[in-house]
Amino acid sequence: MAVGATLVVALVLAFLLLPIVALIAYQPIHELVNGFGTRVATDAVLVSLKTNAIAFAIMLALGTPFAYILARARFRGRSLVITAVEVPLVMPPAVAGLGLLVAFGRLGLLGHTLKVLGIDLAFTQAAVVLAILFVASPFYLRGAIASFGALDPTLIDVAGTLGAGPLRRMLRVAVPVAAGGLGAAAAVAFARGIGEFGATILFAGSFQGTTQTLPLAVYSLFDANLDQAISIGVLLIIVSAAILLAAKLLARRWSSSQSTSPSRGDRSIFASS
Amino acid sequence: MERACRGRIALGDELWLDADRHVHLVPERRRVGYLPQDYALFPHLTVAGNVRFSGRRDRSDLLERLRIAHLGGARPAQLSGGERQRVALARALAREPRVLLLDEPFGALDAITRQRVRSELAEFLAGLGLPALLVTHAFDEAAFLADRIGVLDQGTLVQLSSPSELIENPATALVAELTGANVLDGIAEPSPAGASVRLSGGGELVSSTRAKGPVQVIVHPWALELTDPGASALTDTVLAVGQDRGALVVRLTRMTVHAPPGLNGRAALAAGSRVGVRAEPGSVRLIEAAPPGAVGGVGG
Repeated sequence: MAVGATLVVALVLAFLLLPIVALIAYQPIHELVNGFGTRVATDAVLVSLKTNAIAFAIMLALGTPFAYILARARFRGRSLVITAVEVPLVMPPAVAGLGLLVAFGRLGLLGHTLKVLGIDLAFTQAAVVLAILFVASPFYLRGAIASFGALDPTLIDVAGTLGAGPLRRMLRVAVPVAAGGLGAAAAVAFARGIGEFGATILFAGSFQGTTQTLPLAVYSLFDANLDQAISIGVLLIIVSAAILLAAKLLARRWSSSQSTSPSRGDRSIFASS
Repeated sequence: MERACRGRIALGDELWLDADRHVHLVPERRRVGYLPQDYALFPHLTVAGNVRFSGRRDRSDLLERLRIAHLGGARPAQLSGGERQRVALARALAREPRVLLLDEPFGALDAITRQRVRSELAEFLAGLGLPALLVTHAFDEAAFLADRIGVLDQGTLVQLSSPSELIENPATALVAELTGANVLDGIAEPSPAGASVRLSGGGELVSSTRAKGPVQVIVHPWALELTDPGASALTDTVLAVGQDRGALVVRLTRMTVHAPPGLNGRAALAAGSRVGVRAEPGSVRLIEAAPPGAVGGVGG
């Protein structure tokens, strides 16, 4: 059993880690590190961080109340709405990009309206944000709806009797109590967003310094300069691993500062007064 | 939290709900101190944070009064059931409510704690000078804590009176059963003493209540006495004998009788033996039997 178990674990780990090791080992370490400092790389890091941060903030600010409302509300067609939220999850990113293009692009459904308003989204950084938002936020929404749905509704009701209005009930009770689940959902969405490629390249294009995120930079260098492409690939892995690790550490500190298992009964009676 | 489709709730001159006039005051504007069944303390806040939730003010005075000041920095998960209840009570009182709503306040406690917490709560509520509404399924809890008890049967209030009044003058068989009484069916015949009731399973009991026709006989276990089966107008068979605090609880096929503890172990009380049962006519109450299909009955 022990040998078999070790073998399974080793096999899976090896399969998952080998490509990463290969990327790092592909070129001498100093060349790999040199690649991090090129203009293309630093531009791509900045574009990636900026667009993902904006998309992430919008996702949290709008998605959290949306998920809360949907988790609490009981109305006809609720499951239909939830299914609608999940549709983008099964859309290939390229199709998502096409969809964004024909919806918000110059010749798209809202193109004329946006033009009248003086907004031109196609091939701008805003388009990158929209693309990330579209493909990544359903991961957050789905997890957040589940986390809010698992909350003890009495907690929210009690907050109401204590004078808290709907907004305060959400921010001071629902969000902190569901924080573990929300954080996990947000982490998945972030991972999806930082690696976003298909929708972005179709909807926003790949222009260095404006719309070229790290995955797009890897792709654009793939033909011209494989060493550099790999450098940027490793950079992408480092950036996202660092952010996920930081989020995990934060989550651990959070969960160790509170324990939510309510013990029924009164075991300590024999020890207490 | 739920919107009632019918009814009216008012506290003093404050109207909270009037379905006919489409008045529905949201929970956060009603000054109710709500103590939910499992207390629903906020798990992410400390005890002090829970109590402070309804306002910014520090409420160490409440923590002191409920003897939880030493727990101010603890998380709800670290507390015992009794402590949780006190924290929930402090949190509800911090809102400065005009009425307390206690929902099954002992449901989440084990039997030993329940006894202790019940006395503590009774004492605390008495000193509070605040109307409190307690929801419970247990008559003894309600009787222990309440001045008046309202009995709900399928959403309808069937009786609202003092605990002793519920025991002495139950409005329906359900109320009687709730107070622990035996309810037996029979046909009453007027007699000089009041009425003599022929019970449907055989035997006879005399009541000081005057009645005629189908009745329900209500008699509490402690008002019944075991006698010699040969000399009794009512006999029954012993099913089992148990102990409940001071009394010996003798379960018969049709009723339950409390006997003095000294009788325990007597051969006469072995399962299957015949016993006679008698009661003082004054402690045997009669209510008109409900006609088939109707709910409830007519009380004194």
